[in-house]
Amino acid sequence: MLFRYLFILLVLLPVKVFALIEVDITRGNLTPLPVAVSPLAIDKNSKENFKKILKKENLGSEISMIVENNLKQSGLFNPLNKDAFLQKPDIANLKPRFEDWNLIKAQALVTGKVTFADEKLRVEFRLWDVLAGKEMMALAFTTVPSNWRRVGHIITDKVYERLTGEKGYFDTRIIYISEEGPKTNRIKKLAIMDQDGFNNKFLTLGNELVLTPRFSPTNQMVTYLSYFRNLPRVYLLDIETGMQEVVGDFPGMTFAPRFSPDGKKIIMSFAKDGNSDIYTMDLENRIVERISNHPSIDTSPSYSPDGKYITFNSDRSGYQQIYIMNSNGKNVKRISFGNGLYGTPVWSPRGDLIAFTKLHKGKFYIGVMRTDGTGERLLTENFYQEAPSWSPNGRVLIFYRETKTNAKGEGFSAKLWSIDLTGYNEKMVKTVTDASDPSWSSLLSN
Amino acid sequence: MNLSKILKNGFLILVASLVLSACATQKKATTGQMQGDVYTGSDSVEYLASGVPDRVFFATNETVLTTASRETLRKQAAWLRKNSDINVVLEGHADERGTREYNLALGERRANSAKDYLMTYGISSDRISVLSYGKEKPVDSGSNPLAWSKNRRSVTVKAN
Repeated sequence: MLFRYLFILLVLLPVKVFALIEVDITRGNLTPLPVAVSPLAIDKNSKENFKKILKKENLGSEISMIVENNLKQSGLFNPLNKDAFLQKPDIANLKPRFEDWNLIKAQALVTGKVTFADEKLRVEFRLWDVLAGKEMMALAFTTVPSNWRRVGHIITDKVYERLTGEKGYFDTRIIYISEEGPKTNRIKKLAIMDQDGFNNKFLTLGNELVLTPRFSPTNQMVTYLSYFRNLPRVYLLDIETGMQEVVGDFPGMTFAPRFSPDGKKIIMSFAKDGNSDIYTMDLENRIVERISNHPSIDTSPSYSPDGKYITFNSDRSGYQQIYIMNSNGKNVKRISFGNGLYGTPVWSPRGDLIAFTKLHKGKFYIGVMRTDGTGERLLTENFYQEAPSWSPNGRVLIFYRETKTNAKGEGFSAKLWSIDLTGYNEKMVKTVTDASDPSWSSLLSN
Repeated sequence: MNLSKILKNGFLILVASLVLSACATQKKATTGQMQGDVYTGSDSVEYLASGVPDRVFFATNETVLTTASRETLRKQAAWLRKNSDINVVLEGHADERGTREYNLALGERRANSAKDYLMTYGISSDRISVLSYGKEKPVDSGSNPLAWSKNRRSVTVKAN
């Protein structure tokens, strides 16, 4: 098990919810909440031990920097500069002097400490409402030291959840396609990294073209398209064992794979004799079922979170549009009716929205609409961008963007970007190489 | 080769000629290298044998064969009939102005429309395989209509 070493051990002093600070994430936050993240206190002995194992001078401040960066990237919080802090980190076990934090305009405060015990990393932290002078949350957990970055992400998730009322998305990973080389001869590799760009790992060597990786619901498996031996087929990869197997070995091309929400099936397109339709394969008994049957191109299928419906795109009307149908292929309904072409529909984990790519008058948009096609909202416009993937809490979309080349055909690049559902907080996601086809995992520590 | 395929092809060709004649009357946008938005130049074109071009080009989002494409494919069919030991792969491609997954399907459909035409000229389907690259392998890295027109193609490649 990839994540078996992480145990949440105990919750210190569970606090009843008072009318404390709240962050509204349904609107673009124009004034992010000022937060002070005090460096986690660390005793001398623990400091030395972590330094030996992890080569980090002060693990306490390293972890607090992860928390700060996450909060900042969310666009909802404004982590204050540590130079202005009046109280030292050694306040982990004390009630903070709220006047001091009030003075620097912090509204929320995170304190805590990290210790080395029984070869493990133990962390405790508290979240304080500075204005009310109250503790909002206290939590402690233990893990293996090598998980130290995840500790920062888990703290952020807990803080985010306590302040916004919704689950976070920080203890997550992104699987994507790493790209290098000239536009006419790209080398593409399967790669995985933490949500904040750290711990990048390549999962294939770049010998064959690979595209469109997607996580299984438990994040253990990835399904993707590989051109191994020049046969474009849907594959399955176990991230832990590195075992790969072909699942879409039909006499034609299989592509556009995704898992069903229960992880038991792969849904994909199968193209033969110029016609692409949607199929599922049961991973246990390998039974293949044809879901759509139409002479048009049917592709990019995505299940609703309850598994009852499938959204996909089809050009049966003459142009690429978005449809939904029952999971057995019955009751096909077109839902996109705006101007332009619509593709890559992907159902929100909350179930209420479908994110898509739209091409209209030479521009590409990432947008969302309700599952009946109403309420279309375009979040971002660019020369080329596509393939949105939802954060597990359904608040953020990650997608990729390609640049327009100059008159000589130079200057091509592909990068990952993210944007909030509100249309705010659009930003590039750092990757070690060029990148495309991102897929967001679910929360690892759930 | 089955009858429905031949009929389907005949139909495709009929549609193609209708579309083309419609285009010809509406817009005579001939830039020297494009007609409508179908590439007509020779840049990037290679030859399977003397006088036998290896590729055909398509209009945006289209999979129907133009008059010029059908002529090219008839030459390929004649060459294949003469060289019965040669098998081919038809590699279908799309330009960068579409989503990746749709383009994979579109490339497959383009290569198949070339395959169907070769079959109507007597080439056995056993000798032709189809491989779509979608937008993954452009020949021209430009981000302009001319570059895109060169990239919307089906290329006939010797398999052995």
